[in-house]
Amino acid sequence: MNIDAFWIIFTGALVAICCSLLGCFLILRRMAMVGDAISHAVLPGIVLAFLFSGSREIWTMLIGAAALGVVCTFLIEFLHKKVNVQADASIGVTFTWLFALGIILISVYAGQVDLDQDCVLYGEIAYVPLDIWLTESGMNLGPRTVWIMGGVMLVILLFISLFYKELYLTSFDPAFAAAIGISTTLWYYLLMGAVSLTTVAAFESVGAILVVALMVGPPATAYLLTDNLKKMLVISAVLGIVSSAAGFYLALWLNGSVAGAISVVIGVQFTLAFVFSPTHGLISRRRTSSPGRTNLPKEDTTTIEPAL
Amino acid sequence: MIQHVTDPVLEVHDLTVSYQRKPVLWDVDLTLPKQALVGVIGPNGAGKSTLIKAVMGLLPLNSGYVELFGKPLNEVRRKVSYVPQRESVDWDFPASALDVAMMGTYGQLGLFKRPGSREKKLAMEALEKVGMQDFANRQISQLSGGQQQRVFLSRALAQDADLYLMDEPFAGVDIATETAIIELLRQMRDAGKTVVVVHHDLQSAQDYFDWIILLNMRLVASGPTAQTLTPALLEKTYGGRLTELSRVSELLHKQNFPIRETKPTRKK
Repeated sequence: MNIDAFWIIFTGALVAICCSLLGCFLILRRMAMVGDAISHAVLPGIVLAFLFSGSREIWTMLIGAAALGVVCTFLIEFLHKKVNVQADASIGVTFTWLFALGIILISVYAGQVDLDQDCVLYGEIAYVPLDIWLTESGMNLGPRTVWIMGGVMLVILLFISLFYKELYLTSFDPAFAAAIGISTTLWYYLLMGAVSLTTVAAFESVGAILVVALMVGPPATAYLLTDNLKKMLVISAVLGIVSSAAGFYLALWLNGSVAGAISVVIGVQFTLAFVFSPTHGLISRRRTSSPGRTNLPKEDTTTIEPAL
Repeated sequence: MIQHVTDPVLEVHDLTVSYQRKPVLWDVDLTLPKQALVGVIGPNGAGKSTLIKAVMGLLPLNSGYVELFGKPLNEVRRKVSYVPQRESVDWDFPASALDVAMMGTYGQLGLFKRPGSREKKLAMEALEKVGMQDFANRQISQLSGGQQQRVFLSRALAQDADLYLMDEPFAGVDIATETAIIELLRQMRDAGKTVVVVHHDLQSAQDYFDWIILLNMRLVASGPTAQTLTPALLEKTYGGRLTELSRVSELLHKQNFPIRETKPTRKK
């Protein structure tokens, strides 16, 4: 394996870990498409950041994008809670509108802006090794993206391991969480902030489509393989890493797009889990011939003798 | 008939709550005594669940205030436990019965502390109290409705509170579970706790509760069961609908039809 291949797979794995861990909480909250929303909604932020600063320096772009990512989650929550639009509809309305705003900005200032939708939506993971971080003395520290994503991954790992219990409870039973004094709004915004950070840091190097695929695919696959959230988190991270390595070699073999190949591997993983999962798979379900996730009779055969 | 008590466990003062400018609770003013099993009774849409949610601070209040143990909720959260309606959560969630019971201990843990062996022990004890210890590691979607309800109760028990607010704990459970749950609630009351239960069934209310709140947007009555479950006050709560209801139930009684379906209990 040459060094370029290593950097590409390593970047893919870093992005995969961040996305799939956060994705687990998103799909359990039925907000899987929030990653999609944020990755599109950042477009006007990038354009505005460019128009105001006049530079295409990476940090200006990231700040513009992150700001719009946060605005996007605020709008989604506002439409859902205050205007009483369904969660999925409020996600859909928010990001299409913001993305369209970005497109208009680009087309109006087309002459001045050296930007296009393609570089936002389909960032190319294969170019990761080209963008090397050199110190002033000329030392080669490896690709810049690896450093950015590595930092983001540390933040995400710390966030989930420190506040697992709050994220778990607010996802499962918000009313009970609020009743014992854990603010559901605060944890919603912290989670969305983490999603925003990941999306913004990742889409520039690997593209929005891959971010969305990694945020939904591995968690959904892991959901079919286990009934335990901790295991689900580990499994989805592992699936994400496997898909980035397998996807790279698939792309090499086909001489095609790396991001596309990774997404295809994610799809294959899901199909395999859907058919062969020992608990929720098509085959095991047919064998026990009971519908849904449940494969035990729902009958109350216990007697209880309450004792206090 | 609104009877007030001195030194109340729960005081609701001039409470008005509305959804989208439509009032659901109007000027509710009541106090509840210590060590009581309280039933909140009223027709559908009377604001029974809303009352409990308002007490737990889950809804914005238009006017009035709620005090528990003479203090605002934030100062006494640990002494208050809330059991939401069973349908309010996704039972396909990747969690076991023990995981859910353990959530009852989260309130006492700080922000950074993770539940450890002490919390696990508390949760197991709570599951034992509701007879669910053998199902501790089972995924919650694989439990029956009655078992799910008992897991919810065990989570409240793990909190070890002094005041319990339960939203329809008898909805969708069979009669055997209902009897067991009410027995448990009685023991809790005898241990000095106050248990407030949103309840649907008038027939059983008489036996179950020693204090009744009759609600239909406005507070109709709040007082000891004998003085509140009177035909006149029930008429006032349910309007014309009650006469129909009582006629039907009288008929059922005479004909010896079971009021609700009961599952044949299996012998061990």
